[in-house]
This record gives sequence, C-alpha cells and structure tokens, in this order.
Amino acid sequence: MDTIVIVLFLAIVFLTLAITYYASRNTKTTGDFYTAGGSLTGIQNGIAISGDYLSAASFLGIAGAIALYGFDGFFYSIGFLIAYLVVMFLVAEPLRNLGKYTIADMINARFDAKKVRGAAALSTVTIVIFYMIAQLVGAGALIQLLFGIDYWIAVLIVGVMMTIYVLFGGMIATSWVQITKAVLLMAGMIIISFLVLLKYNFDLGFMFSEVKTATSHGADYLNPGLQYTNPLGTLSLMLALVLGTSGLPHILMRFFTVKDAKTARSSVITATWTIGIFYILTLFLGFGAAAFVGEQQIIAANPGGNMAAPLLAQALGGDILFAFISAVAFATILAVVAGLVLSGASAFAHDLYAQIIKKGNVTDRQQMLAARYAALAVSVFSIVLALFAQSLNVAFLVSLAFCIAASANLPVILYTVYWKKFNTAGAVTALLSGLFSALILVSMSPSVFSPVEGAALFVGDPIFPLENPALISVPLGFLGGYIGTKISKKSDPVRYAEVTVKANTGYKEAR
Amino acid sequence: MNGESGSAKEYQTEKRPDFVKVENSTQFKRLIREKKKFTIPITIFFMVFYFLLPILTSYTTFLNTPAIGDISWVWLFAFAQFIMTFTLSIVYVKKASGFDKQAEQIIADQLEKGEDDA
Repeated sequence: MDTIVIVLFLAIVFLTLAITYYASRNTKTTGDFYTAGGSLTGIQNGIAISGDYLSAASFLGIAGAIALYGFDGFFYSIGFLIAYLVVMFLVAEPLRNLGKYTIADMINARFDAKKVRGAAALSTVTIVIFYMIAQLVGAGALIQLLFGIDYWIAVLIVGVMMTIYVLFGGMIATSWVQITKAVLLMAGMIIISFLVLLKYNFDLGFMFSEVKTATSHGADYLNPGLQYTNPLGTLSLMLALVLGTSGLPHILMRFFTVKDAKTARSSVITATWTIGIFYILTLFLGFGAAAFVGEQQIIAANPGGNMAAPLLAQALGGDILFAFISAVAFATILAVVAGLVLSGASAFAHDLYAQIIKKGNVTDRQQMLAARYAALAVSVFSIVLALFAQSLNVAFLVSLAFCIAASANLPVILYTVYWKKFNTAGAVTALLSGLFSALILVSMSPSVFSPVEGAALFVGDPIFPLENPALISVPLGFLGGYIGTKISKKSDPVRYAEVTVKANTGYKEAR
Repeated sequence: MNGESGSAKEYQTEKRPDFVKVENSTQFKRLIREKKKFTIPITIFFMVFYFLLPILTSYTTFLNTPAIGDISWVWLFAFAQFIMTFTLSIVYVKKASGFDKQAEQIIADQLEKGEDDA
C-alpha cells in the first residue's frame, strides 16, 4: 500500500496508544475502569457516544447502501437517528439515576434476585458477542481491502489493539479513543460532503436531478422500494433499529460515565446532534459515490458497497484523502470494538463474578483484576470466533444484536422504571422470552436458511419469513414480562416507591 | 460518604427517607403527572411520525410525486424526520430544566429534610 496510508495508519495506532498510556496512569479504581469514574462532561460523553455508535456499518455500510439502492439505504440513517429520541425521552435519565456500572445494576435497584442479574448479564453477553463478531469480521474484510493484508492478520491487529486499550486504559482510554475517532470521522464526512456539494454548486435540486440519471435504476433510484420489497420486513427492520439502540449495553454503559442525570441528558443531546448531522451527510456520500465512482466500480471493489466512501474520497481528493478516510475507517472500528469489550467485561466481572458468585464481597482490587481478566477473555474469545467466521454474512449478526437488545433489554428497562406491579418473575420472563424468541426466530429466518446455496448458513426453505424478527420478538418480550408478572402476583410497592422517587428526582443516599 | 465509620453507615440506614410517603406526596405526584403529560404524547407522536414513513413507502406510492424540482415528497418526509428530532431535543432540554427544579425542590423539602428530622 502507499506510504501515506501506512503513515496515517501508524499515526492513529500511535495516538490511541498514547491515550491509553495516559489513561492507564489514571485508572486506579474499579469505577475508573468501568465508567471513567463518572468524570466526563456532557459534551465529551456525547461525542464519545457518537464515537461508540457510528460503527463501520454506519459509515461505510450506509454510504454504500445509498450509493447502490438510493432511498432505501437512507432508511437506516433515519432509524438509527430516531432511536435517540427513545433514549432521550424514556431511558437515559432514569438509567443514570438508578444504575452504577451495568444494565443489571439498574434492574437490581428494584430486584435483589440473583436470577434477574444473571438473566440480564446473559442477554448482555449474547448481544456483545454477536455484535462483536459482526464488527470484527467486517473489520477484517475491510482492512484486508484497504491495506491489502490477509484477513487473519487484519483481525489480529484490530483484536490486539482493542485488548490493549481496554486492558490498560479501561473506560478512560476507551472514551478518549471514541472521542478522537468521532472528531476524525466527522471531519472526514464534512470534507467529502463539501467536495460533493462543490461539484453541484451547492444546489440540492441540481444534485437530485443529476443523480436521477447517474445510475442504472434511472428515476427509480430516488424512490423507495429498490432494496426492501417486503412491507412487513421493512417495518420489522425499522422497529429493531428504533428500539434496539436503547437496549445496547455498550451504548447504555456510556451513560454511567457522567456524574448525574442532567449531564446524561446533555450528553444524549450532543450525541443526537452529532449523529443527526452525520446521517444527513451519509446522503451526500452515497449520492456522490453513485455519481462520481459509479455502481460497477463500487460493486467490483465489494459487492456489499462497503468501499463506496473510500473510493469516493479517492475520486474527489486523490490518494491523500483516500488514505485519510481509510485511516478514519480503521479508527472507527477500533473505537466501537473497544466499547463492546468493556461492556462484555463488565457483565462478566461485575454482574456474574462480583455480585452473583462472590455476592458483592470483593475488594476493589479484586474486582478490577477480575474486570481485566474478563476483558482479556472476551477479547480472545471474539477474536477466535471472528477468525472462523470469515465467510459469515455479518448483516444478520448485527440485526440479531439489535433485535435482542430491543426484545430482551428494552422491555425490562421500561417496566422497571415505569410499571409499579412489575416483579422479579416478570423481569426474568421478559428477558428470557425476548432473548430466546429473537434467537429462535432468527435461526429459522432467511438469514440462516436460503434455497440458494451460499446465500445463507444452510440450504433450505426458511420457516420464518422475515430476516429481522423484531416485529414478533419485541411484542413477545413485552408480553413475557407481563405474563410473568401477572402469574407470580408478588410485588413490592415499597421498593417501587424508592425506585420511582430516585429515578425521577435523581436523589442519592449518602453511602 | 467515603471515610465514614461503620456505625455512621448504620446510623444513616436507620434514617432512610420514607419513599412511600414521598411517592404519595402532592409535590411528587405533580411532577410525575407533568412528566407524563409531556412524555407520553410526544413519544406517541414521534413513533407514529417515524413509522408513517415506512408504512407509506411500503403500501402506497403517492410520496414519489415530485415536490420541489426532482426532489419528491418522500425525501421531504425523510428530512422532516431530522428536523423533528432536532426540534424535539430542543423542546426536551427546555422542559427538563423545569422538571429539574421540581425534583430539586422535592429533594430539599422532603428527602433531605426527612433525614434531618428523623
């Protein structure tokens, strides 16, 4: 590869390692490790949330989807954005007021039962593993394309880097890697969008008119329906996108890195604006790639369209911009996987080890050590899985992660905060029914079974027609929680009084 | 807080605020009522507005008619989703600062005072 690509690549590696080195000197307690000691400002955390959220799938995937399918590609941008309204209005503040390190902590504010914590940790770990494999497989394929190195070397590079950040720098390093990445990514997006608009004299109407004739789809390119032809499938996907975000452990964990609900609110506002601007810009990238790179070249580089953005950068800004965008894509992957490792490690070390196995009787030092071992284990486990999963279609892993988050985690979070009669049995049944209905339906879906050989994991007719089962599994998660609650009939109004007062006022007892 | 002895901790747990009393106070009930009056309609609104887009594009084609030059209504609807999100985030911040004041009042009047009294 060109020297400039390698120089920029090494610059990012060096910068993130320098951040980790400084962070490691400030990571002294378990609180520092999991949540940066709650020390981030609203704006810092908001930018870090953007860095955590805008994965390579958002950056490269959506640009490619818009380039190839026009309006249908833009559906993702809308779903991922509106999801933040759900986080803002329903989840962020009560979560901050009740939780400490993990989602399970928040649910435990109402129920002491170990089985609730265990079920919450199980769904967290499942989401993290699926999401992580998707990111690592995608990362491997991408770096292979960008830098022309073998897949397994690419996965190892990303894997080792993420392990180093989390192991030594914990949440402080992870946050600053995410902030750095978000700034670089936004800069890259703004530069490319500016160059695209420059070509059209900053006239949006002109851009639409030109794009209308730029692709083989003709005028249909600007209409919905090129990619999503099954109405229920489209609605199911949109449901998973809008509700899944408020159940993703690595996103929710970010709200514990600020000191109170007010700061959590300002961070979700900052994130919403940053992410909103980002997704508007995906349109210019997609249209630009369709017009100035061309469908054939995009598909030739990668059938999924993942190379659309880097190729556009090359077409508009030459090798230097291509190298910069490639380096940004690399940073993007690193920041997201680091956040995932951390949320997986906290579920293992904090929920399973410290609270369930040791019943909370651990010193800070022991818990920190456990968290580091867990981070190492989660990293190694996902790297190994990713090495064997090279040929797997990663799209269904991502949709599965969003689906489990929406079906298992979100119902419990909402019930815990807003439903007085909710009880321990309901929490367990909601988590398990959401988790297993998503898993089972996906395993019977067209993502796993396809009559065309090589299109999915197995050859055969899918029993369940929708690729994304959210339309069925989300109601099942809510229903599971409702039925479980009604059957066991136990409820603890005194405990609910405490939870609702704390969730709504932010009152904290001196401990 | 940190550094307090074990006996101090026990002392505090004995004097936990009566959360049921707070929950049933008119002050707290008013906060919850106002929060609900704000959150529920807006949540329903943005969810409906959001799902209207895929529902209309899946089952109808009238959004495909041109609105401004070659920009059709479906794009304007899509852009409206962004404008809605930004607007609601501004509205939320304004409204939430009012809730903050009420919450602080509840903490000052009932929760912290309760600790001192008990």
